[in-house]
Amino acid sequence: MVDTNIVGAINMALKEEMERDNNVVILGEDIGKDGGVFRATQGLIDKFGRDRVLDTPLSESGIIGFATGLALYGVRAIAEIQFVDFIWPAADQIISEVAKFRYRSGGEYTCPMVIRSPYGGGVKGAHYHSQSPESIFAHTAGLKIVIPSNPFDAKGLLISAIRDSDPVLFLEPKRIYRAFTEEVPEDDYTVPLGKANVVKEGTDLTLVSYGSMLHVTLEAASLAEDEGISCEVIDLRSIVPLDLDTIGMSVMKTGRFISVTEAPKTSGFSAELSALVAENWIEYMEAPILRVTGYDTPFPLTLESFYLPTPKRVLDNIKKSVSF
Amino acid sequence: MTTERIRILDDEGNLINTDLEPKIPKTKLKKAFETMVLLRLIDEKGIKLQRQGKVSFHIFTRGQEAHVAAALALNDEDWIYPAYREHGLALYRGYPLEDLVNHLFANIKDKHKGRRLPGLFGSKDHNFVNPSAPIGTQVIQAAGTGYGMKIRGENTVSTVFFGDGATSSNDFHSGMNFGAVTKSPVIYICQNNQWAISVPLKYQTAADSIVDKAIGYGMNGLQIDGNDFLAFYVAVSQARERAVRGDGPTLIESVTYRVGPHTSSDDPSVYRSEEEVKLWEKKDPINRFEKYLISKQVLKNGDRDKLTKKYDDELNRLIDEAAKLPKFGLETLFDDVFEEMPEFLERQKAEILQYKED
Repeated sequence: MVDTNIVGAINMALKEEMERDNNVVILGEDIGKDGGVFRATQGLIDKFGRDRVLDTPLSESGIIGFATGLALYGVRAIAEIQFVDFIWPAADQIISEVAKFRYRSGGEYTCPMVIRSPYGGGVKGAHYHSQSPESIFAHTAGLKIVIPSNPFDAKGLLISAIRDSDPVLFLEPKRIYRAFTEEVPEDDYTVPLGKANVVKEGTDLTLVSYGSMLHVTLEAASLAEDEGISCEVIDLRSIVPLDLDTIGMSVMKTGRFISVTEAPKTSGFSAELSALVAENWIEYMEAPILRVTGYDTPFPLTLESFYLPTPKRVLDNIKKSVSF
Repeated sequence: MTTERIRILDDEGNLINTDLEPKIPKTKLKKAFETMVLLRLIDEKGIKLQRQGKVSFHIFTRGQEAHVAAALALNDEDWIYPAYREHGLALYRGYPLEDLVNHLFANIKDKHKGRRLPGLFGSKDHNFVNPSAPIGTQVIQAAGTGYGMKIRGENTVSTVFFGDGATSSNDFHSGMNFGAVTKSPVIYICQNNQWAISVPLKYQTAADSIVDKAIGYGMNGLQIDGNDFLAFYVAVSQARERAVRGDGPTLIESVTYRVGPHTSSDDPSVYRSEEEVKLWEKKDPINRFEKYLISKQVLKNGDRDKLTKKYDDELNRLIDEAAKLPKFGLETLFDDVFEEMPEFLERQKAEILQYKED
């Protein structure tokens, strides 16, 4: 066991997978000597050399297109996009190429690869270092989307993603990269994609979140507990595929549902979760299905603490739900 | 600034550069010619089928058939990323004509399960990558594949085809840059056919020529008469040698012309003159190659007609068979989105299957 944080766990996963399989190659901007701007790839170039730890030219579409060519050829590529806010030049490659090769070729060509990228606010990063675009990618067929919330999951999910036969967008909650540490096994282990984690059991209300917002949600659940409201908290861990069964089991028990996500409200992943709960379990619901989200503005700087969901805002929604 | 254009045959097909004339075995020359004749016939059949409503779409190769030369200059293990007018490379490598016809009909034997517009096909068995439709995306992908070959120490190259329009795309830029910076074994072949649908080359770039762009990337550049089969072969051979030697990529600008429409949906009379087309028809790559092959006694007068008749019969037979076959069923709609079908797709599949017609 090693006591480490999320960024340390990601580094462990990369190192172990590169040791295990010399077909694994990582590429991105500043990932070599610099070890990545968040140090997720620290030390890897010294251990594995420049061929397998490739500092690329500064072009996101280039990084993903190049990784696509590697993946098609059979090399297991892990591409880093320095901040997910910079991913848009690569959207064409991700949406129309990476995610579509298997389907468009009738299964002849596949594109298994991992696109790692830090996402989310709360780091005083302003508009271009804070966004959460997961729902935009969830809207494209053929892409898995994984978002860990703790070091143990970060390592286990990343290893699963690297070994997966399909392309995975792996979004890393940079706000909590170094927020806390926990015991992470040094051995090989995986956390399966598409399996949610019931982080806290409860009976009155279901709270669903992922990534850094999970911790805001847990804090709100704890505040609610003080007021005698028992919340169940689910960490989705991946939004595609989505573990709908775990959500269903919970809402059938509690009859109340709130999702917490930090992206803008309109068409955010919370909207999808609300719709799914309504479609499948409306007869169990005892209160309106609610969502606590960011707002439909560009991501702010000085006002980000208001923009992002807070435990207080989540708690108010919990009270609104139970008092309905 | 432009480098000298490589020409070995003149517009009529006379040998004008004996120093550069490549030594290619007669069997290969014959097979290449056969493939080019077949391509021309596929165009004739394809557009008829589209006009009859039997297939949905047709993409023409007419006027650009000299690209077959690249298949001779490359090894079969070398990867090819086609744009979408390079059918001849797959056919030369042995991609069955039957597969192509079934693909055009998008029937139950189509390897792509009826998911692609006719002509946008690939074949993994022939290292001929399934193309896209957004322009230029394959250029950077080919660079990545070349890098994979380099770090594995393979003796192969990655080759990519694209049009003059694609040279304006993001992925052309990143593809050229990444390939050059990593010194990967990549051959970039621009089929400069003068028109990107209706937009002429002069509106696509202010550069004197496309090959000049190689300089900015620190890359070797060659310009060829793209309707000259021998020039095409020589340029790709040189680029391949250089790439496997570890000297990095080459940009080849093949100056050619799209004699046909862009696709079956296009009417070129709106934007270009008949005179211009006629001028280029006089430089027809098949006629030039035929004349050369007759001079080399690889072919005789009359061989082409016999060949055309043979392929015409074969294509008619394959078309009749392909037309009889059904399409892929509704139950395949959700296949190949992922390797294993996730539960949410299982649910959607169960829903749509209620609407399956008997």
